[in-house]
Amino acid sequence: MTRYLLRRLILSLLVLWGVVTLVFSLIHLVPGDPVQIMLGEGAQTGDVEQLRQRLGLDQPIGIQYGAYILGLAKGDLGTSFRFGEPVSVVIAERYPATVELAILSLVVAIFIAIPFGILAATRAGQWVDRLITSVTLLGISLPNFASGPIAIIIFSIVLGWLPVSGRGGPSHYVLPALTLGASMSAILTRMVRAGMIEELQEEYIMTARAKGLSEFKVLFKHALKNGMIPVVTVIGLQFGTLLAGAIITETIFSWPGIGRLTIQAINSRDYPLVQGCILAIACTYVVVNILTDLFYGFLDPRIRY
Amino acid sequence: MRLISSVVTALRPARANTLAAAGSAAALFLILLALFAPVLCPYSYDEQHLPERLSGPSSTHWLGTDELGRDVLSRILYGTRISMLVGLSVVLFSSTFGLVVGCLAGYYGRWLEEITMRIVDVLMAFPGILLAIALVAFWGPGLGKLIFALIAVGWVGYARLVRGQVLKVKELDFVRAARSLGASDGRIILHHLIPNIIQPVLVQASIGMAGAILAEASLSFLGLGVPPPMPSWGTMLNDGRSHLFDDPCLVLFPGLATMLAVLSFNFLGDGLRESLNPKLQAMELKESRS
Repeated sequence: MTRYLLRRLILSLLVLWGVVTLVFSLIHLVPGDPVQIMLGEGAQTGDVEQLRQRLGLDQPIGIQYGAYILGLAKGDLGTSFRFGEPVSVVIAERYPATVELAILSLVVAIFIAIPFGILAATRAGQWVDRLITSVTLLGISLPNFASGPIAIIIFSIVLGWLPVSGRGGPSHYVLPALTLGASMSAILTRMVRAGMIEELQEEYIMTARAKGLSEFKVLFKHALKNGMIPVVTVIGLQFGTLLAGAIITETIFSWPGIGRLTIQAINSRDYPLVQGCILAIACTYVVVNILTDLFYGFLDPRIRY
Repeated sequence: MRLISSVVTALRPARANTLAAAGSAAALFLILLALFAPVLCPYSYDEQHLPERLSGPSSTHWLGTDELGRDVLSRILYGTRISMLVGLSVVLFSSTFGLVVGCLAGYYGRWLEEITMRIVDVLMAFPGILLAIALVAFWGPGLGKLIFALIAVGWVGYARLVRGQVLKVKELDFVRAARSLGASDGRIILHHLIPNIIQPVLVQASIGMAGAILAEASLSFLGLGVPPPMPSWGTMLNDGRSHLFDDPCLVLFPGLATMLAVLSFNFLGDGLRESLNPKLQAMELKESRS
């Protein structure tokens, strides 16, 4: 186990280093002079040079890269051009709102997926199963930039039940969490269904039924536990997708998280902040994937590293 | 030519699948709409009728007009062109590139496989849409740049899939036999490996088409995709958001168009997966009988 953990950690560090390198190189993809673009066409030459020095873009690329890595090690991601504050501070202020929303969406998705996935699996091939499977396909196909405004029209404008946007009391969380969690719940429902169908055909389930166990116990105590193993992996992988999806959901609902911050930074050409946001989301994704891998082992004792 | 005949042969079992047939029909319909948009559209996508702005569905403008008085139906039909263009080019180029890289990495192994797979690992460490957003954010918006960003993100999935398939197939007897008969590496890859690994690539390509359409619309929604006045469903949705209270149709119709297009290709992908996977077919049969 320790050997596996060590190997996994080294591999993850390599991936993280690759991610950091890619994010660093992004600013060099800008067609033309990134500093000129940041300041706009009418900027004074003195201002351009000053900002170039401040960002370290006047240095050779190797030195820039070294300084970037050293800065990262100290938690320094540069200074936000738009906010005039360190990028790490700006991100730290917004990060909890995004994680909060992502976790809530995950909970929503799990609470929808498990009962409907089980229902579809126990009625496999019947109309209930077909209905659930069709709805999930619709859910996967409906993008959150369409479902979000539609949800606003129904629940905020027509019914007037929920606020249109912003982050405040519990009612503010409902629409963003449902919008962000909807497509994930569709994916998870399909996973739970597939996992449960497979488990319900196993011999130990037949034994449990032959012993006279109630259907509830057979489903929830025996089949679900094993059927959830692949679902956990998907949850881990999808968490990163949720973070990326938050960029759109936060834009729709004016949610003050890192996703909306990314778009604000892109629109104001605040490149250090864009790099910081992308890095924060990508690193979270990598870390969640490592944790998922480890959790997988705990959930299934048959897996030996 | 050889690749095309492999694809045709690989798709043969899917002909009897209802889901695949429905998906193919819908996909074909969308492609035809895209091709004949100028003929079918009642107005040009940028033709303004300012006195009729935000007029809502009527006999002259079936789906209403937007804030500049442009016909929503015409813009949605022209938007199909953008979606199909992006989807098809992204799928074509990323699957071809992924196929080549995956084949070479899986077949030759060693350092080539190590380097390729580490690059794949790094690119896969980003949620797909995030990397596309990052690339477009720094490159700047534009149709060509958008397509290139989606290809840069999309090929990795194919490469990983193909490499895995090649690793399995290259050890099979018929490949060993071909090698012992003196077949060149190129011949083995083209004539023996690709025809035997193409099916999962086709499934991924059809689902990838849905993903590319969705990604294009998402980026356009965020203002990072197709520049105005070119009509993209994502841009139309974003523009319509400011009229949620007075004209919700501006959000509903482009949203519906995006959903139907994505749904068509998801149907196709699901249908292909069902019909090309004998294990899944057997399981479904068993389920329906029980």
